[in-house]
Amino acid sequence: MFIEQISVFLENRNGALREMTQLLGNAGVDMLALSVADTQNFGIIRMILASGATDDALKLLRDNGYIAKINHVICAKVPDRPLGLCELLDIVEKADLSVEYMYSFLRASKPGEAHMILRLSNGEKAAKVFDMHGVGMMSQEEVDAL
Amino acid sequence: MHQREHRIYDPAMECISRDELHQLQSERLAATVKLEYENVPMYRARMDEAGVKPEDIRSVEDLKYLPFMEKTDLRDYYPFDLLAAPKSEIVRIQGSSGTTGKPIVSGYTRNDIEVWSQMMARTLTAAGATKDDIVQVTYGLGLFTGGFGAYQGADKIGAMVIPMSSGNTARQIMMMKDLGTTLLCCTPSYATYLGETIREMGIDPAKDLKLKAGCFGAEPWTEEMRERIEGLLEIDACDIYGLTEISGPGVAFECLEKQGMHINEDHVIAEIINPTTGEQLPYGMPGELVFTTITKTGMPMMRYRTHDICTLTDDKCRCGRTFARMGRITGRTDDMLVIRGVNVFPSQIESVLVRADGVAPHYMLIVDRVNSSDTLEVQVEMTEDMFGDTVAHIENVRKYITGQIKSVVGIASKVTLVAPKSIPRSEGKAKRVIDNRKL
Repeated sequence: MFIEQISVFLENRNGALREMTQLLGNAGVDMLALSVADTQNFGIIRMILASGATDDALKLLRDNGYIAKINHVICAKVPDRPLGLCELLDIVEKADLSVEYMYSFLRASKPGEAHMILRLSNGEKAAKVFDMHGVGMMSQEEVDAL
Repeated sequence: MHQREHRIYDPAMECISRDELHQLQSERLAATVKLEYENVPMYRARMDEAGVKPEDIRSVEDLKYLPFMEKTDLRDYYPFDLLAAPKSEIVRIQGSSGTTGKPIVSGYTRNDIEVWSQMMARTLTAAGATKDDIVQVTYGLGLFTGGFGAYQGADKIGAMVIPMSSGNTARQIMMMKDLGTTLLCCTPSYATYLGETIREMGIDPAKDLKLKAGCFGAEPWTEEMRERIEGLLEIDACDIYGLTEISGPGVAFECLEKQGMHINEDHVIAEIINPTTGEQLPYGMPGELVFTTITKTGMPMMRYRTHDICTLTDDKCRCGRTFARMGRITGRTDDMLVIRGVNVFPSQIESVLVRADGVAPHYMLIVDRVNSSDTLEVQVEMTEDMFGDTVAHIENVRKYITGQIKSVVGIASKVTLVAPKSIPRSEGKAKRVIDNRKL
Protein backbone atom coordinates (compact mmCIF):
# COMPACT_ATOMS: atom_id res chain seq x y z
CA MET A 1 0.00 0.00 0.00
CA PHE A 2 2.89 2.34 0.83
CA ILE A 3 6.05 2.67 -1.18
CA GLU A 4 9.49 3.89 -0.20
CA GLN A 5 10.63 7.36 -1.12
CA ILE A 6 13.97 9.00 -0.52
CA SER A 7 13.97 12.64 0.45
CA VAL A 8 17.14 14.74 0.40
CA PHE A 9 17.92 18.18 1.82
CA LEU A 10 19.62 20.35 -0.78
CA GLU A 11 21.12 23.75 -0.47
CA ASN A 12 19.57 26.30 -2.84
CA ARG A 13 22.59 27.01 -5.02
CA ASN A 14 23.72 26.46 -8.58
CA GLY A 15 24.85 22.95 -9.23
CA ALA A 16 23.47 21.36 -6.07
CA LEU A 17 20.87 19.22 -7.87
CA ARG A 18 23.24 18.34 -10.70
CA GLU A 19 25.86 17.15 -8.19
CA MET A 20 23.36 14.92 -6.45
CA THR A 21 21.98 13.40 -9.65
CA GLN A 22 25.55 12.83 -10.85
CA LEU A 23 26.41 10.99 -7.65
CA LEU A 24 23.36 8.75 -7.99
CA GLY A 25 23.72 8.38 -11.77
CA ASN A 26 27.36 7.29 -11.54
CA ALA A 27 26.24 4.59 -9.12
CA GLY A 28 23.71 3.38 -11.69
CA VAL A 29 20.65 4.52 -9.76
CA ASP A 30 17.54 4.85 -11.93
CA MET A 31 14.88 7.31 -10.85
CA LEU A 32 11.29 6.42 -11.46
CA ALA A 33 9.90 9.63 -10.06
CA LEU A 34 11.36 12.92 -8.90
CA SER A 35 10.07 16.10 -7.37
CA VAL A 36 11.83 19.27 -6.31
CA ALA A 37 10.33 21.45 -3.59
CA ASP A 38 12.15 24.71 -3.35
CA THR A 39 12.12 27.57 -0.91
CA GLN A 40 14.31 30.63 -0.83
CA ASN A 41 16.99 28.91 1.21
CA PHE A 42 16.76 25.21 0.57
CA GLY A 43 15.20 22.51 -1.52
CA ILE A 44 13.78 19.09 -0.76
CA ILE A 45 14.30 16.44 -3.41
CA ARG A 46 11.96 13.46 -3.31
CA MET A 47 12.57 10.35 -5.39
CA ILE A 48 11.23 6.90 -6.04
CA LEU A 49 14.05 4.63 -7.16
CA ALA A 50 14.01 1.52 -9.31
CA SER A 51 14.69 -2.09 -8.36
CA GLY A 52 15.09 -1.83 -4.64
CA ALA A 53 17.99 0.64 -4.87
CA THR A 54 16.60 2.78 -2.06
CA ASP A 55 18.74 1.47 0.82
CA ASP A 56 21.97 1.61 -1.18
CA ALA A 57 21.15 5.08 -2.46
CA LEU A 58 20.44 6.27 1.09
CA LYS A 59 23.82 5.01 2.24
CA LEU A 60 25.57 6.54 -0.75
CA LEU A 61 23.94 9.91 -0.13
CA ARG A 62 24.73 9.88 3.60
CA ASP A 63 28.31 8.77 2.99
CA ASN A 64 28.66 11.80 0.77
CA GLY A 65 27.45 14.19 3.42
CA TYR A 66 23.83 14.56 2.34
CA ILE A 67 20.96 14.65 4.80
CA ALA A 68 18.54 12.05 3.47
CA LYS A 69 15.68 9.98 4.82
CA ILE A 70 13.35 7.23 3.70
CA ASN A 71 9.62 8.01 3.94
CA HIS A 72 6.55 6.05 3.01
CA VAL A 73 4.12 7.51 0.52
CA ILE A 74 1.04 6.37 -1.38
CA CYS A 75 1.23 5.86 -5.11
CA ALA A 76 -2.26 5.97 -6.59
CA LYS A 77 -3.12 4.61 -10.03
CA VAL A 78 -5.10 7.25 -11.85
CA PRO A 79 -6.81 6.98 -15.25
CA ASP A 80 -4.67 8.89 -17.75
CA ARG A 81 -7.48 11.08 -19.17
CA PRO A 82 -8.99 14.49 -18.50
CA LEU A 83 -10.53 14.67 -15.00
CA GLY A 84 -8.65 11.52 -13.90
CA LEU A 85 -6.69 13.38 -11.23
CA CYS A 86 -9.67 15.55 -10.35
CA GLU A 87 -11.72 12.49 -9.45
CA LEU A 88 -8.97 11.27 -7.15
CA LEU A 89 -8.74 14.65 -5.45
CA ASP A 90 -12.50 14.66 -5.02
CA ILE A 91 -12.18 11.49 -2.95
CA VAL A 92 -9.39 13.09 -0.94
CA GLU A 93 -11.41 16.21 -0.26
CA LYS A 94 -14.59 14.39 0.71
CA ALA A 95 -12.60 12.27 3.16
CA ASP A 96 -11.40 15.49 4.80
CA LEU A 97 -7.80 14.78 3.86
CA SER A 98 -5.34 17.29 2.51
CA VAL A 99 -2.49 16.92 0.06
CA GLU A 100 0.89 17.87 1.48
CA TYR A 101 2.63 17.19 -1.79
CA MET A 102 2.12 15.27 -4.96
CA TYR A 103 4.14 14.34 -8.02
CA SER A 104 4.01 11.75 -10.72
CA PHE A 105 6.04 8.90 -12.11
CA LEU A 106 8.24 9.86 -15.03
CA ARG A 107 6.87 7.05 -17.18
CA ALA A 108 3.72 4.98 -17.13
CA SER A 109 3.93 1.24 -16.67
CA LYS A 110 0.70 0.65 -18.53
CA PRO A 111 -0.93 2.73 -21.28
CA GLY A 112 -3.87 4.73 -19.99
CA GLU A 113 -2.70 4.72 -16.38
CA ALA A 114 -0.76 7.43 -14.52
CA HIS A 115 0.95 6.96 -11.18
CA MET A 116 0.54 9.78 -8.70
CA ILE A 117 2.71 9.85 -5.60
CA LEU A 118 0.91 11.48 -2.70
CA ARG A 119 1.73 12.56 0.77
CA LEU A 120 -1.57 13.15 2.53
CA SER A 121 -2.37 14.56 5.93
CA ASN A 122 -3.27 11.06 7.15
CA GLY A 123 -1.66 8.27 5.14
CA GLU A 124 -3.38 5.34 6.85
CA LYS A 125 -6.80 6.85 6.45
CA ALA A 126 -6.09 7.76 2.82
CA ALA A 127 -5.07 4.21 2.00
CA LYS A 128 -8.36 2.89 3.45
CA VAL A 129 -10.45 5.51 1.66
CA PHE A 130 -8.72 4.82 -1.68
CA ASP A 131 -9.26 1.11 -1.22
CA MET A 132 -12.92 1.70 -0.46
CA HIS A 133 -13.34 3.78 -3.61
CA GLY A 134 -11.55 1.23 -5.78
CA VAL A 135 -8.51 3.43 -6.37
CA GLY A 136 -5.55 1.19 -7.24
CA MET A 137 -2.31 1.69 -5.32
CA MET A 138 1.15 0.55 -6.32
CA SER A 139 2.80 -1.90 -3.95
CA GLN A 140 6.53 -1.85 -3.30
CA GLU A 141 6.79 -5.11 -5.25
CA GLU A 142 5.16 -3.50 -8.26
CA VAL A 143 7.54 -0.56 -8.05
CA ASP A 144 10.55 -2.84 -7.74
CA ALA A 145 9.37 -4.80 -10.78
CA LEU A 146 9.23 -1.69 -12.97
CA MET B 1 19.71 5.16 35.83
CA HIS B 2 20.94 3.11 38.72
CA GLN B 3 21.57 4.70 42.10
CA ARG B 4 25.26 5.42 42.56
CA GLU B 5 27.13 5.12 45.78
CA HIS B 6 28.27 8.59 46.76
CA ARG B 7 31.27 9.17 48.98
CA ILE B 8 31.47 12.47 50.80
CA TYR B 9 34.68 13.62 52.50
CA ASP B 10 33.14 16.10 54.89
CA PRO B 11 29.39 15.42 55.07
CA ALA B 12 28.77 17.86 57.91
CA MET B 13 30.01 20.74 55.78
CA GLU B 14 29.23 19.50 52.28
CA CYS B 15 25.60 18.74 53.18
CA ILE B 16 25.07 21.81 55.41
CA SER B 17 21.66 23.49 55.14
CA ARG B 18 21.57 26.51 52.85
CA ASP B 19 20.54 28.71 55.78
CA GLU B 20 23.45 27.65 57.94
CA LEU B 21 25.77 28.04 54.99
CA HIS B 22 24.52 31.57 54.41
CA GLN B 23 25.23 32.41 58.02
CA LEU B 24 28.72 30.89 57.84
CA GLN B 25 29.54 32.63 54.56
CA SER B 26 28.36 35.97 55.93
CA GLU B 27 30.57 35.68 59.03
CA ARG B 28 33.59 34.56 57.06
CA LEU B 29 33.07 37.25 54.42
CA ALA B 30 32.94 40.00 57.03
CA ALA B 31 36.13 38.72 58.69
CA THR B 32 37.95 38.42 55.37
CA VAL B 33 36.97 41.91 54.22
CA LYS B 34 38.23 43.30 57.52
CA LEU B 35 41.50 41.41 57.07
CA GLU B 36 41.87 42.74 53.52
CA TYR B 37 41.05 46.32 54.45
CA GLU B 38 43.46 46.36 57.36
CA ASN B 39 46.39 44.62 55.69
CA VAL B 40 46.33 45.29 51.95
CA PRO B 41 46.73 48.93 50.88
CA MET B 42 45.17 48.20 47.50
CA TYR B 43 41.96 46.87 49.04
CA ARG B 44 41.80 49.80 51.44
CA ALA B 45 42.20 52.27 48.56
CA ARG B 46 39.63 50.52 46.37
CA MET B 47 37.08 50.27 49.17
CA ASP B 48 37.61 53.86 50.22
CA GLU B 49 37.10 54.89 46.63
CA ALA B 50 33.86 52.89 46.51
CA GLY B 51 32.80 54.42 49.84
CA VAL B 52 32.58 51.04 51.59
CA LYS B 53 33.92 50.30 55.05
CA PRO B 54 34.54 46.79 56.41
CA GLU B 55 31.67 47.23 58.88
CA ASP B 56 29.26 47.77 55.96
CA ILE B 57 29.81 44.17 54.90
CA ARG B 58 27.72 42.05 57.23
CA SER B 59 26.23 39.39 55.00
CA VAL B 60 26.54 37.73 51.61
CA GLU B 61 23.98 40.23 50.27
CA ASP B 62 26.46 43.06 50.92
CA LEU B 63 28.95 41.52 48.52
CA LYS B 64 27.56 43.66 45.70
CA TYR B 65 28.98 46.82 47.27
CA LEU B 66 32.55 45.56 47.02
CA PRO B 67 34.85 46.40 44.11
CA PHE B 68 35.91 43.77 41.57
CA MET B 69 39.40 42.37 41.11
CA GLU B 70 40.90 41.58 37.74
CA LYS B 71 43.80 39.44 36.63
CA THR B 72 45.65 42.64 35.75
CA ASP B 73 45.59 43.56 39.44
CA LEU B 74 47.69 40.49 40.20
CA ARG B 75 50.19 41.61 37.57
CA ASP B 76 50.20 45.22 38.79
CA TYR B 77 50.76 44.22 42.41
CA TYR B 78 53.20 41.42 41.56
CA PRO B 79 54.63 39.68 43.46
CA PHE B 80 53.81 40.45 47.11
CA ASP B 81 51.71 43.62 47.31
CA LEU B 82 48.43 41.77 47.69
CA LEU B 83 49.56 39.68 50.66
CA ALA B 84 47.36 40.07 53.72
CA ALA B 85 49.81 38.14 55.91
CA PRO B 86 53.47 38.85 56.75
CA LYS B 87 55.84 37.24 54.27
CA SER B 88 57.18 35.03 57.05
CA GLU B 89 53.75 33.37 57.29
CA ILE B 90 53.77 32.43 53.60
CA VAL B 91 54.79 28.81 53.16
CA ARG B 92 54.24 28.37 49.44
CA ILE B 93 54.20 30.22 46.14
CA GLN B 94 52.25 28.93 43.16
CA GLY B 95 51.90 30.63 39.81
CA SER B 96 49.81 30.68 36.70
CA SER B 97 50.77 28.51 33.78
CA GLY B 98 51.60 29.58 30.28
CA THR B 99 50.57 33.22 30.33
CA THR B 100 52.53 35.81 28.42
CA GLY B 101 54.69 38.40 30.09
CA LYS B 102 54.97 38.39 33.86
CA PRO B 103 53.44 35.38 35.58
CA ILE B 104 50.91 35.86 38.31
CA VAL B 105 51.82 34.39 41.64
CA SER B 106 49.85 33.58 44.72
CA GLY B 107 51.17 33.24 48.27
CA TYR B 108 49.74 30.59 50.62
CA THR B 109 49.83 30.53 54.40
CA ARG B 110 49.73 27.20 56.24
CA ASN B 111 45.98 27.79 56.58
CA ASP B 112 45.60 28.34 52.82
CA ILE B 113 47.40 25.11 52.00
CA GLU B 114 45.08 23.34 54.43
CA VAL B 115 41.99 24.92 52.84
CA TRP B 116 43.16 23.99 49.37
CA SER B 117 44.04 20.42 50.41
CA GLN B 118 40.61 20.04 51.95
CA MET B 119 38.92 21.20 48.75
CA MET B 120 40.93 18.68 46.74
CA ALA B 121 40.28 15.90 49.26
CA ARG B 122 36.55 16.53 48.77
CA THR B 123 37.08 16.59 45.01
CA LEU B 124 38.84 13.23 44.87
CA THR B 125 36.42 11.66 47.35
CA ALA B 126 33.50 12.80 45.19
CA ALA B 127 35.06 10.86 42.30
CA GLY B 128 35.11 7.80 44.57
CA ALA B 129 38.58 7.98 46.13
CA THR B 130 39.36 6.47 49.56
CA LYS B 131 42.58 5.71 51.41
CA ASP B 132 42.69 2.40 49.55
CA ASP B 133 43.09 4.16 46.22
CA ILE B 134 46.21 4.70 44.15
CA VAL B 135 46.20 8.18 42.64
CA GLN B 136 48.38 8.95 39.66
CA VAL B 137 49.03 12.66 39.27
CA THR B 138 50.15 13.57 35.78
CA TYR B 139 49.57 17.28 36.19
CA GLY B 140 52.90 19.07 36.28
CA LEU B 141 54.29 19.40 39.80
CA GLY B 142 55.72 22.87 39.92
CA LEU B 143 54.51 26.45 40.01
CA PHE B 144 51.33 25.31 38.23
CA THR B 145 48.73 24.41 40.85
CA GLY B 146 47.44 21.23 39.17
CA GLY B 147 50.11 18.83 40.39
CA PHE B 148 50.44 20.00 43.99
CA GLY B 149 46.68 20.37 44.34
CA ALA B 150 46.01 16.78 43.35
CA TYR B 151 48.94 15.53 45.42
CA GLN B 152 47.80 17.34 48.57
CA GLY B 153 44.20 16.21 48.22
CA ALA B 154 45.15 12.56 47.73
CA ASP B 155 47.64 12.80 50.59
CA LYS B 156 44.96 14.20 52.88
CA ILE B 157 42.66 11.27 52.13
CA GLY B 158 45.55 8.93 52.85
CA ALA B 159 45.55 7.45 49.37
CA MET B 160 48.77 6.25 47.73
CA VAL B 161 50.04 9.03 45.50
CA ILE B 162 52.19 8.53 42.42
CA PRO B 163 53.50 12.04 41.66
CA MET B 164 54.39 11.36 38.02
CA SER B 165 54.14 14.96 36.84
CA SER B 166 53.52 15.47 33.13
CA GLY B 167 55.03 13.82 30.07
CA ASN B 168 56.59 10.47 29.16
CA THR B 169 53.41 8.67 28.23
CA ALA B 170 55.02 5.24 27.94
CA ARG B 171 56.27 5.50 31.51
CA GLN B 172 52.91 6.82 32.72
CA ILE B 173 51.20 3.75 31.26
CA MET B 174 53.83 1.37 32.62
CA MET B 175 53.40 2.73 36.16
CA MET B 176 49.62 2.76 35.78
CA LYS B 177 49.73 -0.92 34.89
CA ASP B 178 52.43 -2.06 37.31
CA LEU B 179 51.24 -0.16 40.38
CA GLY B 180 47.54 -0.58 39.65
CA THR B 181 46.50 3.08 39.51
CA THR B 182 42.82 3.46 40.36
CA LEU B 183 42.39 7.21 40.00
CA LEU B 184 43.88 9.51 37.40
CA CYS B 185 44.40 13.27 37.69
CA CYS B 186 45.31 15.11 34.49
CA THR B 187 43.93 17.37 31.80
CA PRO B 188 41.05 15.94 29.74
CA SER B 189 43.12 16.20 26.56
CA TYR B 190 45.93 14.20 28.13
CA ALA B 191 43.42 11.64 29.43
CA THR B 192 42.17 11.22 25.85
CA TYR B 193 45.72 10.83 24.59
CA LEU B 194 46.54 8.31 27.32
CA GLY B 195 43.39 6.38 26.45
CA GLU B 196 44.17 6.33 22.75
CA THR B 197 47.75 5.22 23.40
CA ILE B 198 46.59 2.49 25.78
CA ARG B 199 44.19 1.18 23.13
CA GLU B 200 46.87 1.33 20.41
CA MET B 201 49.19 -0.69 22.64
CA GLY B 202 46.53 -3.36 22.83
CA ILE B 203 45.95 -2.85 26.55
CA ASP B 204 42.40 -3.64 27.65
CA PRO B 205 41.58 -1.22 30.48
CA ALA B 206 38.91 -3.55 31.90
CA LYS B 207 41.32 -6.46 32.13
CA ASP B 208 44.83 -5.01 32.35
CA LEU B 209 44.24 -1.83 34.39
CA LYS B 210 42.52 -1.02 37.68
CA LEU B 211 41.42 2.53 36.81
CA LYS B 212 37.96 3.45 38.04
CA ALA B 213 37.76 7.23 37.83
CA GLY B 214 39.55 10.41 36.87
CA CYS B 215 39.44 14.08 37.85
CA PHE B 216 40.08 16.15 34.79
CA GLY B 217 40.43 19.89 34.58
CA ALA B 218 42.65 22.89 33.86
CA GLU B 219 41.06 23.30 30.43
CA PRO B 220 37.50 23.44 29.13
CA TRP B 221 36.02 20.24 27.74
CA THR B 222 32.71 18.89 26.51
CA GLU B 223 30.26 16.06 27.16
CA GLU B 224 31.50 14.45 23.95
CA MET B 225 35.04 14.40 25.34
CA ARG B 226 33.73 12.91 28.56
CA GLU B 227 32.06 10.08 26.65
CA ARG B 228 35.23 9.47 24.69
CA ILE B 229 37.47 9.37 27.79
CA GLU B 230 35.01 7.15 29.67
CA GLY B 231 34.88 4.80 26.69
CA LEU B 232 38.62 4.68 26.11
CA LEU B 233 39.62 4.18 29.74
CA GLU B 234 36.39 2.58 31.06
CA ILE B 235 36.21 4.98 33.99
CA ASP B 236 34.03 7.74 35.42
CA ALA B 237 35.41 11.06 34.19
CA CYS B 238 34.71 13.96 36.56
CA ASP B 239 35.19 17.62 35.79
CA ILE B 240 37.02 19.90 38.19
CA TYR B 241 37.45 23.66 38.21
CA GLY B 242 39.96 25.89 39.82
CA LEU B 243 42.27 28.80 39.39
CA THR B 244 45.52 29.84 40.99
CA GLU B 245 44.11 33.22 42.00
CA ILE B 246 41.55 31.50 44.24
CA SER B 247 43.70 28.54 45.35
CA GLY B 248 44.03 26.04 42.53
CA PRO B 249 42.13 22.98 41.37
CA GLY B 250 39.20 21.93 43.54
CA VAL B 251 37.40 25.26 43.84
CA ALA B 252 34.52 23.28 42.32
CA PHE B 253 34.21 19.60 41.54
CA GLU B 254 31.81 17.09 40.08
CA CYS B 255 30.35 14.18 41.98
CA LEU B 256 29.50 10.95 40.20
CA GLU B 257 26.12 12.39 39.21
CA LYS B 258 28.11 14.51 36.72
CA GLN B 259 25.50 17.24 36.79
CA GLY B 260 27.71 20.29 37.27
CA MET B 261 30.49 21.09 39.70
CA HIS B 262 29.84 21.61 43.41
CA ILE B 263 31.46 24.81 44.59
CA ASN B 264 33.29 24.64 47.92
CA GLU B 265 31.04 27.34 49.26
CA ASP B 266 32.37 27.30 52.80
CA HIS B 267 35.64 28.63 51.34
CA VAL B 268 34.48 30.74 48.40
CA ILE B 269 31.38 32.68 47.41
CA ALA B 270 30.44 32.43 43.76
CA GLU B 271 28.45 35.06 41.90
CA ILE B 272 27.28 35.35 38.33
CA ILE B 273 27.35 38.89 36.97
CA ASN B 274 26.45 40.70 33.81
CA PRO B 275 29.94 41.28 32.38
CA THR B 276 28.97 44.66 30.94
CA THR B 277 27.23 46.23 33.92
CA GLY B 278 28.70 44.23 36.79
CA GLU B 279 25.20 43.58 38.16
CA GLN B 280 24.53 40.29 39.91
CA LEU B 281 22.39 37.84 37.97
CA PRO B 282 20.06 35.25 39.48
CA TYR B 283 20.84 31.52 39.51
CA GLY B 284 20.15 29.91 36.15
CA MET B 285 21.19 32.93 34.08
CA PRO B 286 24.45 32.65 32.16
CA GLY B 287 27.01 35.28 32.95
CA GLU B 288 30.51 35.86 34.24
CA LEU B 289 31.66 33.80 37.18
CA VAL B 290 33.09 35.82 40.09
CA PHE B 291 34.75 34.35 43.19
CA THR B 292 35.37 35.79 46.62
CA THR B 293 37.54 33.82 49.02
CA ILE B 294 36.33 33.76 52.61
CA THR B 295 38.89 31.60 54.42
CA LYS B 296 42.22 32.46 52.78
CA THR B 297 44.64 34.53 54.79
CA GLY B 298 47.74 34.76 52.55
CA MET B 299 46.33 36.32 49.44
CA PRO B 300 42.56 36.59 49.82
CA MET B 301 40.60 37.59 46.73
CA MET B 302 37.67 39.97 46.65
CA ARG B 303 35.15 39.51 43.81
CA TYR B 304 37.69 38.12 41.39
CA ARG B 305 36.40 38.22 37.81
CA THR B 306 37.21 34.95 36.06
CA HIS B 307 35.85 36.05 32.67
CA ASP B 308 34.50 32.51 32.39
CA ILE B 309 30.86 32.18 31.37
CA CYS B 310 28.62 29.66 33.09
CA THR B 311 25.43 29.27 35.08
CA LEU B 312 24.89 28.40 38.75
CA THR B 313 22.21 26.30 40.38
CA ASP B 314 21.43 25.56 44.01
CA ASP B 315 19.00 22.75 43.20
CA LYS B 316 19.69 19.85 45.53
CA CYS B 317 21.96 17.25 43.98
CA ARG B 318 21.14 13.56 44.18
CA CYS B 319 24.50 12.96 45.86
CA GLY B 320 23.22 14.76 48.95
CA ARG B 321 25.57 17.74 48.83
CA THR B 322 23.96 21.12 49.26
CA PHE B 323 26.78 23.16 47.75
CA ALA B 324 25.62 25.06 44.66
CA ARG B 325 26.82 23.78 41.34
CA MET B 326 28.34 25.56 38.37
CA GLY B 327 27.72 24.31 34.85
CA ARG B 328 30.48 23.76 32.36
CA ILE B 329 32.39 26.82 31.27
CA THR B 330 30.69 27.57 27.99
CA GLY B 331 32.78 30.52 26.91
CA ARG B 332 34.73 33.58 27.86
CA THR B 333 33.37 37.09 28.23
CA ASP B 334 35.57 37.95 25.25
CA ASP B 335 33.15 35.84 23.14
CA MET B 336 30.18 37.92 24.24
CA LEU B 337 28.23 39.87 21.67
CA VAL B 338 26.07 42.88 22.38
CA ILE B 339 23.17 42.83 19.93
CA ARG B 340 20.52 45.55 20.19
CA GLY B 341 21.85 46.19 23.67
CA VAL B 342 21.38 42.58 24.81
CA ASN B 343 24.31 40.44 25.91
CA VAL B 344 24.42 37.32 23.77
CA PHE B 345 26.73 34.37 24.33
CA PRO B 346 27.22 31.93 21.48
CA SER B 347 26.86 29.21 24.13
CA GLN B 348 23.23 30.25 24.72
CA ILE B 349 22.44 29.70 21.06
CA GLU B 350 24.31 26.42 21.24
CA SER B 351 22.19 25.29 24.19
CA VAL B 352 19.08 25.86 22.08
CA LEU B 353 20.51 23.85 19.20
CA VAL B 354 21.71 20.91 21.25
CA ARG B 355 19.84 17.84 20.12
CA ALA B 356 18.60 14.96 22.20
CA ASP B 357 21.98 13.26 22.10
CA GLY B 358 23.63 16.35 23.52
CA VAL B 359 25.49 17.44 20.42
CA ALA B 360 24.84 20.76 18.74
CA PRO B 361 24.87 20.91 14.97
CA HIS B 362 27.48 23.17 13.41
CA TYR B 363 26.29 26.77 13.43
CA MET B 364 27.41 30.32 12.72
CA LEU B 365 26.13 33.64 14.04
CA ILE B 366 26.19 36.49 11.59
CA VAL B 367 25.71 39.90 13.11
CA ASP B 368 25.13 42.94 10.95
CA ARG B 369 23.70 46.40 11.17
CA VAL B 370 20.94 47.38 8.75
CA ASN B 371 19.38 50.87 8.93
CA SER B 372 21.15 51.45 12.26
CA SER B 373 19.53 48.36 13.78
CA ASP B 374 21.45 45.19 14.65
CA THR B 375 20.48 41.96 12.95
CA LEU B 376 21.31 38.44 13.97
CA GLU B 377 21.26 35.59 11.53
CA VAL B 378 21.78 32.08 12.87
CA GLN B 379 22.91 29.62 10.24
CA VAL B 380 22.41 26.05 11.31
CA GLU B 381 23.54 23.01 9.40
CA MET B 382 20.69 20.61 8.75
CA THR B 383 20.79 17.32 10.63
CA GLU B 384 18.84 14.13 10.09
CA ASP B 385 16.86 14.81 13.27
CA MET B 386 15.64 18.13 11.93
CA PHE B 387 15.00 16.99 8.38
CA GLY B 388 11.64 15.91 7.03
CA ASP B 389 10.20 15.44 3.57
CA THR B 390 7.82 18.39 3.66
CA VAL B 391 8.58 22.07 3.52
CA ALA B 392 6.10 22.56 6.35
CA HIS B 393 8.09 20.24 8.62
CA ILE B 394 11.34 22.09 7.99
CA GLU B 395 9.63 25.45 8.39
CA ASN B 396 8.28 24.28 11.75
CA VAL B 397 11.77 23.28 12.88
CA ARG B 398 13.04 26.68 11.80
CA LYS B 399 10.23 28.48 13.62
CA TYR B 400 10.81 26.37 16.71
CA ILE B 401 14.50 27.28 16.81
CA THR B 402 13.69 30.95 16.21
CA GLY B 403 11.18 30.88 19.07
CA GLN B 404 13.61 29.15 21.42
CA ILE B 405 16.37 31.65 20.66
CA LYS B 406 13.92 34.46 21.32
CA SER B 407 12.94 33.01 24.68
CA VAL B 408 16.47 32.06 25.82
CA VAL B 409 18.45 35.01 24.48
CA GLY B 410 15.66 37.53 24.37
CA ILE B 411 16.16 38.81 20.86
CA ALA B 412 14.66 38.06 17.48
CA SER B 413 16.85 36.33 14.94
CA LYS B 414 16.64 34.99 11.44
CA VAL B 415 17.34 31.27 11.42
CA THR B 416 18.60 29.79 8.17
CA LEU B 417 18.96 26.05 7.73
CA VAL B 418 21.89 25.22 5.49
CA ALA B 419 23.39 22.07 4.04
CA PRO B 420 25.78 19.95 6.11
CA LYS B 421 29.44 20.98 5.84
CA SER B 422 28.49 24.27 4.20
CA ILE B 423 29.66 26.38 7.15
CA PRO B 424 33.45 26.72 7.01
CA ARG B 425 35.39 24.79 9.64
CA SER B 426 38.26 26.49 11.37
CA GLU B 427 41.40 24.90 12.73
CA GLY B 428 41.41 24.56 16.49
CA LYS B 429 38.88 26.72 18.29
CA ALA B 430 35.63 26.84 16.33
CA LYS B 431 34.76 30.23 14.89
CA ARG B 432 31.11 30.82 15.70
CA VAL B 433 30.61 34.48 14.99
CA ILE B 434 30.95 36.81 12.02
CA ASP B 435 30.36 40.39 13.07
CA ASN B 436 29.90 42.57 10.00
CA ARG B 437 28.93 45.69 11.94
CA LYS B 438 31.08 48.67 11.16
CA LEU B 439 31.19 50.33 14.52
